[in-house]
Amino acid sequence: MSTLRYIDAIRTALDIELRRDPSVVALGEDVTYGGPFGATKGLADTYGTRIKDTPISEATVMGLTVGAALSGLRPVMEVMYIDFITLAMDQLVNHGAKLRYMTDGLLQVPMVIRAQGGARGSMGAHHSQSLEAWFAHVPGLTVVAPSTPADAQGLLQSAIRSDDPVLYLEHRGLYWQKGEVPDGDDAALVPIGRAIVRRAGSDVTIASWSHMMGAALAAADQLAADGIEAEVIDLRSLLPLDLDALLGSVGRTGRLVIAHEAVTQGGLGAEIAAQVQERAWAELAAPIARVGAPFVPPPFAPELERAFVPDVDAIVAAARRVLDTPSRAARPSPQSVEA
Amino acid sequence: MLPDLPGEELVAQLRTMLRIRRFEEALIRLAADHDIGHFHVYVGQEATGVPALALLGDGDVAYTTHRNHGHLIARGVSPAGMVAEILGKATGINRGKGGTLHLASAAHGFPTTSSSVGGPLPIAVGSAFAFQELGLDRVSVALFGDGALEEGAWHESINIAAMRKAPIIFLCENNSLEALGQKANEYPSSTLAAVRLTDLVDPFGVPAVPIDGTDTRAVHEAMAEAVQRARTGGGPSFIEARTVRWPGNRPLWPQLLTGETDVTFAWDPSGIPAEHERWWSQQDGLLRFLRELLDAGHVTREQAIAIDTEARDEMAAAVTFALESPYPEAEEAFEHVFA
Repeated sequence: MSTLRYIDAIRTALDIELRRDPSVVALGEDVTYGGPFGATKGLADTYGTRIKDTPISEATVMGLTVGAALSGLRPVMEVMYIDFITLAMDQLVNHGAKLRYMTDGLLQVPMVIRAQGGARGSMGAHHSQSLEAWFAHVPGLTVVAPSTPADAQGLLQSAIRSDDPVLYLEHRGLYWQKGEVPDGDDAALVPIGRAIVRRAGSDVTIASWSHMMGAALAAADQLAADGIEAEVIDLRSLLPLDLDALLGSVGRTGRLVIAHEAVTQGGLGAEIAAQVQERAWAELAAPIARVGAPFVPPPFAPELERAFVPDVDAIVAAARRVLDTPSRAARPSPQSVEA
Repeated sequence: MLPDLPGEELVAQLRTMLRIRRFEEALIRLAADHDIGHFHVYVGQEATGVPALALLGDGDVAYTTHRNHGHLIARGVSPAGMVAEILGKATGINRGKGGTLHLASAAHGFPTTSSSVGGPLPIAVGSAFAFQELGLDRVSVALFGDGALEEGAWHESINIAAMRKAPIIFLCENNSLEALGQKANEYPSSTLAAVRLTDLVDPFGVPAVPIDGTDTRAVHEAMAEAVQRARTGGGPSFIEARTVRWPGNRPLWPQLLTGETDVTFAWDPSGIPAEHERWWSQQDGLLRFLRELLDAGHVTREQAIAIDTEARDEMAAAVTFALESPYPEAEEAFEHVFA
């Protein structure tokens, strides 16, 4: 085991996969200098021209990444801020995501897009969004969002080894958090599509991912002080979603809160809630609650940004709300009300 | 003028051009009775694509656009499999997952057809990038129309290709000319401010030549030089091949406005209908090529008729094959989204 910061775990994953597989290349704006936060710092010293700075041309670098993946490389492209991926949507969504399908499986597109986001540090509306729901809506993409250094390394390694295009979402609020990461080329690997229970509990399930996991665990601690045991699930893979893990937890608790930093409206919480209630209506004792950002662009001023990002209190309040809903068994049925 | 090639190669190119022409005509007739979606035909551009693509070798790739049928046939893709694909049949080259707008055959060097205008350019740059990284002596070709130059991806793509000296050929098929006799290098477009298309290339230091796309010698020489440049580390090339738009391509949906091609027009102008006299006698590159082959003695009238008859028969059989082929099972719609 090594103690690594989240951002170092990202670099370690790149280092391992670049060393293991000569077809891996890393490219993006300023990546030879380490990118804006240092995730790729030093890699060019070891891997030379396999680490490539690109022009400020998100659309074509995305398409170049697709074409390179079709022609024998395993490229890892860095989009400096997830907000800028809007410039590259045609190449990612119309091409990268669909080429396997449109060729009836004759092609594969083994590429990774690393992009960081989240509202931290007053960067304003063009550098702070959480856009995972857009991509979890696209057949053909894989979307992962690690919350710990171990997952940051393990999921990135799995993403690079995947034969599908993977969107790997980093949260810059996590970059400096430390954690234990298993040593070795394969020891840290985390399978894509597998959620993990971070805290066991029997009263309510809190499902989250990325930076909001910290708030979810803190909320569980607060609830525990009042004798409420929350089970906290880190979904970490958003497409495919580990619905079985979620349904298993909801089967134990009967109550679900979904917390994410993206705006609530049209967010992934809505999709997850719909899937859970379609399959586990009988086990649900209360309506599913969602916690997300208000329906505004990420603001600039620190006070406003704090008001925008959902916090521990919001998750605690949502958990109390679903716990305060009387279980359906205890509620009068419509017939008995009429009678 | 004719390319400086052995007579049998030129006759083989004539055969390919006639196969493309008869394919497209058969398709237009087929569309009268079958809903095959929005499709685009290559009529009038055969004299560009056939000699140009004949210069590519195994392992070279080309990325094409919605006007793709001629390109695929030129590199040996089965017309029967293409008609079947266009009709959405299980015997289609992509088992009905692509249709006319996404015809693909990686085995023939066509990884995909992009139908977002400008979409193939970044991906073609990506293949060229991969060939450089992998040390492969291969060439990537981006085939596109003049409209793609209105897209931002064009500017980004030529910039990156030029900076990297990537082994790529930008073959712009400008089929928007409606009359001969325009002033040299003038591009009359209401949607592009540039007057000469090559002006959009010059700042990048990429060699750019405008040629007559019905002059097979000009096509052959420009493309041979570009292929040589790419293979020897000289970087990208830009070719603007100009053709007059076939009258049948002027409506939104292709129509046989000129009637079907009659190869005897090449030596017997008395049969040419007055309404489209200029097209058949001056503007159609296929008939021009045939006239030049007859004049040079590479082919006789009887041989030309025999080659044409074979092409018609082949396409009639391709249509029959496609019509008689089964549709894919509905379950196939769910396959090949992910690895």
